[in-house]
Amino acid sequence: MPKQYITILGKTVRRIAQLRGGGSALPGLFVETIDPDFISHTLAQLPQGIIVISGTNGKTTTTKMVVELLESQGLKVFTNRTGSNFTRGVAAALLGEITVKGVLDADIAVLELDEAHAVHFVTKIPPRYSLLLNVMRDQLDRFGEIDATAKMLETVAVNTSEGIVLNREDPRIARIANVIHNKKIDYFGLDPSLKSLFPSDDELRGEHRNNDKKPIADVLLTKLDGQTATFAIGRKEITTSLKLRGVYNIYNAAAALALVRLVVGKKLDDEKLMSTLANITPAFGRGETLTIGGQPLELVLVKNPSGFRLGLKSFAPEGYATMIAINDNYADGRDMSWLWDVGFDSLREHGVAELSGMRAYDMALRLQYDEIEISHVEADLKKALRHFIASADDKPKRIYCTYTAMLTLRRELANITNVEVIS
Amino acid sequence: MQLYPRDMNLCGSWGNVLVLKRRREWHGYNPVLLEYNQGDIFPDDVDIIIGGGGQDSGQDSIQEDFQKIGSRLHELAKEDTPMLMICGLYQLCGRFFKTLDGRVIKGIELLDIETHAGNERLIGNIITKSHEFGEIIGYENHSGQTFLGKKVHALGLVQKGAGNNGQDATEGARVRNIVGSYLHGSLLPKNPAIADFLIEKAITKRYGEFVPTVIDDRFAQLARNIAIKRPR
Repeated sequence: MPKQYITILGKTVRRIAQLRGGGSALPGLFVETIDPDFISHTLAQLPQGIIVISGTNGKTTTTKMVVELLESQGLKVFTNRTGSNFTRGVAAALLGEITVKGVLDADIAVLELDEAHAVHFVTKIPPRYSLLLNVMRDQLDRFGEIDATAKMLETVAVNTSEGIVLNREDPRIARIANVIHNKKIDYFGLDPSLKSLFPSDDELRGEHRNNDKKPIADVLLTKLDGQTATFAIGRKEITTSLKLRGVYNIYNAAAALALVRLVVGKKLDDEKLMSTLANITPAFGRGETLTIGGQPLELVLVKNPSGFRLGLKSFAPEGYATMIAINDNYADGRDMSWLWDVGFDSLREHGVAELSGMRAYDMALRLQYDEIEISHVEADLKKALRHFIASADDKPKRIYCTYTAMLTLRRELANITNVEVIS
Repeated sequence: MQLYPRDMNLCGSWGNVLVLKRRREWHGYNPVLLEYNQGDIFPDDVDIIIGGGGQDSGQDSIQEDFQKIGSRLHELAKEDTPMLMICGLYQLCGRFFKTLDGRVIKGIELLDIETHAGNERLIGNIITKSHEFGEIIGYENHSGQTFLGKKVHALGLVQKGAGNNGQDATEGARVRNIVGSYLHGSLLPKNPAIADFLIEKAITKRYGEFVPTVIDDRFAQLARNIAIKRPR
């Protein structure tokens, strides 16, 4: 079929899928099926190539930061903004952006890809740069083991043509440098004084091990006080306030800065870079705040033990009503063991107002063993959300939720308040 | 005491440890948590031993040390010390683990089982039935296929899922006061009968008798009811 028709057809399927209120993957699947080379053909046009961002935690927010930081430097950026971080999601995003003739009006592509899909993608379409964030225990039922996941990211690095940015503090990521030759490697890292805020997966329980000598980081997060952060960037030290919330998001800002410095090089406008960073808001469901009945409601996505732990550490429970929603669909992870690798002591003093999701009672059981008071359990997300809002109408609220629970909650919240529709 | 929390902490091991700790407290006893990592001195006085699974790399790194403490574990087993061995350490408590390329990794022969690496990962929700503990509910994720010898019997018979090897409908292994199993979830929170069995054996051994309190297991029951209905 001539390319032009494929594009038009794909765009039509996308429009129909949107009208149905459906996900972003269907139109992508459609185009992939009839023209498997669609993505590579279209992305091959970009003068500055492709950047791939992968890792267990923080991909979506980091990608959002990288896109906005590159735009601050005058680049036209294509990205898979939908958070559908599979190859199909990329195809779907492309359909939204290209002209009918199949031309993509952009300088560079920044793609967020889940580890397994990243491997699949880079072997077909080698990126010019890649940023590898971390390997944490995520959905082991999907990928098998952390070491296997690290191997996937190594494949991404090996297939990257020009430069790679690695997390110096994650031993499995830092180790990837050993197999990379003749390519530029930059690191982002943490000042040792902040290390205890970010345990690596091996250190989650048990004492911290003294790592061997570490490489010098191009961007280092050196100080963190609420939402004010200090970065050592090259030889400069810069303190800035941020709209991002959560320590892990702020650490990933160091990752985004290191990547943008590598990509843009000497032409970088530092001032624009930092003023843009200060105004970046969290990505959808990653600590974003909505308003319900005059009170803020925060959605915190939790996908794995380390993410949940960091979430609990980042957001103080004082003054907030807390809800937790746990689903066990494929995208959430089906094994509930992960809930037992998170400590919930920080919620003990104020208790938990509402538990929901398909595995609400697994969560209730988990909290029982941490001796935390639970006010209400309702497996049905819609009912639980209404009960939660009604029971705590005078208080700011926070919902920790797994991925598919978040999608349902957001859809339901859109009926109550103004929620940005993600196409 | 938890074995190798540093290298073998997958499969919800901490959930099992926490459940034993809390339930002992709720039953009116004061437990002390011990950890044993590679190279540590093995404590003299242990009531319950818990082992879990790890990454392949974690498993490789503890093998030698596990052989060293093997004789100690045999003594304790003979004295009827209750033990819970999940996943990786369940396999290593057997006679051997044979890898896909034919390499044989020696186990400590605490359980009469042998494990052969398989090509397929057996993953998903699982329900088994045991005459001692009733329905056992959990989640399995392993590629090793384990076969029971004559000196052990199965912990449960598979109702839904794969179990030890996906062929003979057995899951886990039981002998003396040792429970071996592939189940995560964690195993003990949703199967309090197994937790109380381990506690009862430990307390009876130490104090001569065990006077249980009634623990509110409603959430466990409700979580079980849901788990049974979830797809594989």
